Amino acid sequence: MRVQEKIIEGLLWLSAAITILITVSIIWVLLSESVKFFSEVSIVRFLTEKEWTPLFAEKKFGIMPLVAGTFLTTVIAIAVALPIGLTIAIYLNEYAHARFKTFIKPLLEVLATIPTVVYGFFALTVVTPFLQSFIPGLAGFNALSAGIVMGIMIIPMISSLSEDAISAVPRSLREAAYGMGSTRLQTAFGVMVPAASSGILVSVILAISRAVGETMIVAIAAGQQPRLTLNPLVPIETITTYIVQVSLGDVPHGSLEYRTIFAAGMTLFVFTFLLNNLSFWIKKKYQEKYD
Amino acid sequence: MTNSEKNRLKDKAFQVFGVFCTFIGLVVLAIFLIDIVIEGVARIDWDFLTSLPSRRAARAGILTAWAGTLWILVLSAIIAFPLGIAAGIYLEEYAKKTKLSNFLEINIANLAGVPSIIYGLLGLELFVRIMNLGGILLAGALTLSLLILPIVIVTTREAIKAVPRTIRDGSFALGASKWQTVWHQVLPASFGGILTGVILALSRAVGEAAPLIVIGALAYVPFVPRSPMDEFTVLPIQIFNWTSRPQAAFLTNAAAAIIILLLITFLLNGIAVYLRHRQQKKIKW
Repeated sequence: MRVQEKIIEGLLWLSAAITILITVSIIWVLLSESVKFFSEVSIVRFLTEKEWTPLFAEKKFGIMPLVAGTFLTTVIAIAVALPIGLTIAIYLNEYAHARFKTFIKPLLEVLATIPTVVYGFFALTVVTPFLQSFIPGLAGFNALSAGIVMGIMIIPMISSLSEDAISAVPRSLREAAYGMGSTRLQTAFGVMVPAASSGILVSVILAISRAVGETMIVAIAAGQQPRLTLNPLVPIETITTYIVQVSLGDVPHGSLEYRTIFAAGMTLFVFTFLLNNLSFWIKKKYQEKYD
Repeated sequence: MTNSEKNRLKDKAFQVFGVFCTFIGLVVLAIFLIDIVIEGVARIDWDFLTSLPSRRAARAGILTAWAGTLWILVLSAIIAFPLGIAAGIYLEEYAKKTKLSNFLEINIANLAGVPSIIYGLLGLELFVRIMNLGGILLAGALTLSLLILPIVIVTTREAIKAVPRTIRDGSFALGASKWQTVWHQVLPASFGGILTGVILALSRAVGEAAPLIVIGALAYVPFVPRSPMDEFTVLPIQIFNWTSRPQAAFLTNAAAAIIILLLITFLLNGIAVYLRHRQQKKIKW
């Protein structure tokens, strides 16, 4: 009996410990291939060259065009999702009836369950032609429609996390504001949002991290042309799209081209890892201020 | 206009804006779904569901794609669920509040935030190259299992956490061991919640294309996979492939395939929502 209990506990522990093994494997895989990559291409070149053409005859290995593409689509996505998501959070908390809230929240979550390849199709076949009707010079592949659609996808992420943060603010603060004669709007922006700012910040950081790692929307709709630009109207390439592009082709294992996807992946991993841990840190530091 | 009138007007204006924002996403979604249905629904027929892929759009079907998706679902479930549920049980029932368990928690939260394409790179190196599996179903299922593992663990923990202390105490008082308590009391009581999380994890796996593309799943597979060691494609990859072709006929195919993929996704999510609803209604501790 005793022995059996111990064996079971051991097995359960092993299952939990596997998660650490996964993290170690991810870091090891990315590092080992990246190290081989950087033994052939110096980090200085990687960070300072202004072109990314590892698949061409004349090879350039500057990651910055890919970073710029990722940055551009992410900024557009957040510019769409943050105002809308935050407004939804405030509206549901300060204005809407409780019954409306329970009805609308699962519907908003539907936005997050749609596969991203479907959003990509949407961006390419609906949003881009629509935008082209009034933005002359918008290319068939562009950062703008990919970013906008990505923003729609992450609305529920910002709205639900921000809503949690706002509803965690003690009632007494809201009532005090009303007692002073504030309108709901003044209460929301003068008291509730500042009080919930750390939670809202966490939601935005997690949304950024999600947008940075998003793959299929940008692979379908943003193009495959690494370009050091902040112009949202032309084709660009993100870090994730580059990895997909190489994976679709026939790049032999162990070649320098093969290693570029791990160097790109390492860059992506560093960004998302920093963002995620920043959000944990903020959460931990500011969470229980009101308890 | 007095100051307070102005403020009240602003308040009303924001309320209207709030309604607008709440519905804008849903309206866009509705437009999109209608667009997809109009474009694709006429293309769906028995032949489309049962034909092999073809270079000619009108003859191409999604048989291998949905068969591959089904395989991936079942295999990922078999791999990820025992592991994830066991890990969840350990963290919630066994782990003491030590530095190690704290680290485990942060680590799992971190894994949940790793972009799916990074899991693809992990699978490519670990399963495809080092274990020398190649771009086969098993490699794809292993990769997606790692991807959904954090979701399974987190939802299992939440379901177990909802089981009240008194049930465990009652079981211990009757002389049950720790594992007997977990197996006979805690797990049955939290089963609905765990199942909900598990189904949500699967619906996430169904829509993933990027990690499978990275491990080398092909877009063109002219046969239905018969074992985990076969090459494969899945619906999202088929959709991606058709979407990236210039001919309009392939876009119609993509729209039709999207309808099927969305049906699967909504079905899984619907089951999960229903289970959660029933759970909340049924159990009052």
